[in-house]
Amino acid sequence: MVSAVRRLLDVKLQELPPWLAAWDYSPKGLLRAVHQAWRCYHNKYINMKKGGVAGISMVLAGGCVLGYICSYERLKHSRWRKYH
Amino acid sequence: MLSRLCQRALAPLALRSLAPSLSAGTLQVSRQFHTGQQCLAPITPLPEMGGKVRHGVIPEEFFEFLYPKTGVTGPYMFGTGLLLYLVSKEIYIITHELVSGIAIVSLIIYVVKKYGPTVAAFADKLNEDYFAHALACKNSAISSLEEAIESEKKEQSRVEGRKYLFEAKRNNVAMVLETNYRERLLTVYNEVKKRLDYQVALHHLKRRKEQDHMINWIEKSVLQSITPQQEKESIAKCISNLKVLSKNTQAAV
Repeated sequence: MVSAVRRLLDVKLQELPPWLAAWDYSPKGLLRAVHQAWRCYHNKYINMKKGGVAGISMVLAGGCVLGYICSYERLKHSRWRKYH
Repeated sequence: MLSRLCQRALAPLALRSLAPSLSAGTLQVSRQFHTGQQCLAPITPLPEMGGKVRHGVIPEEFFEFLYPKTGVTGPYMFGTGLLLYLVSKEIYIITHELVSGIAIVSLIIYVVKKYGPTVAAFADKLNEDYFAHALACKNSAISSLEEAIESEKKEQSRVEGRKYLFEAKRNNVAMVLETNYRERLLTVYNEVKKRLDYQVALHHLKRRKEQDHMINWIEKSVLQSITPQQEKESIAKCISNLKVLSKNTQAAV
């Protein structure tokens, strides 16, 4: 599945749907994908001798964004204007 | 900086996340372990630096992706445009929490910038101590094994001397036997001599006792045989002899 993701930049626009359909959507495949993404992230930004704050700050920022998206429905009521 | 401390905490997490998805606790006996080819290549060491990240949240690949088309300021313009779009369309709603968020983020940035290097140095020192200890263990193990090899080789070379060793041992044993034999010979000689001396002394004693007894007996019988008259005659003869002798000596002087 990783080789499919790496080839995103090589995929032409019209080949996008069949390329998306070619992924492995079984639970085992999804789990494997998540696991691989976690491992790749670790190896790139955390497993090093001289790491910085970037390793965890990116995870925290992603968590913030996700939390904001999840609570957007609640926040919609405190908008300043009605029409945008 | 923080991630270095977290690395030591996240390591077991990573291990746990890497564990295969077996049911926890039950080990199925039918499974075979270690059936594949064992890969004996050494484990690649940890890299010094990892993926570069700008401003702590945006990976460098994004900037490089936009560089050919828009140059250096491209991503920043993109970011500004995105922010303005989100704010104007109220996809990002400005609330009171924004102010507190800005305060928190600025505080975090200040702390990271000020105390980052010291914490980094501390974590580096911890890592170094750990690795140095492990390396020292490995080196000591290697050196002790090398010493063992050396002593083993020396022992093996000593095998040639085993002939001389046993020769010397045999000589020692023969010497001890010889000494023992001679001691016993001496003892035997001494014992026999003592017994013979005893016999000789016994014989001498017997002879002497016989002689004494004989002398006493002869004297006693002679004295008994001397009658009184014979005694007077002998005394008179002795006196006359003495007179003659005295006359002779007076004449000589």
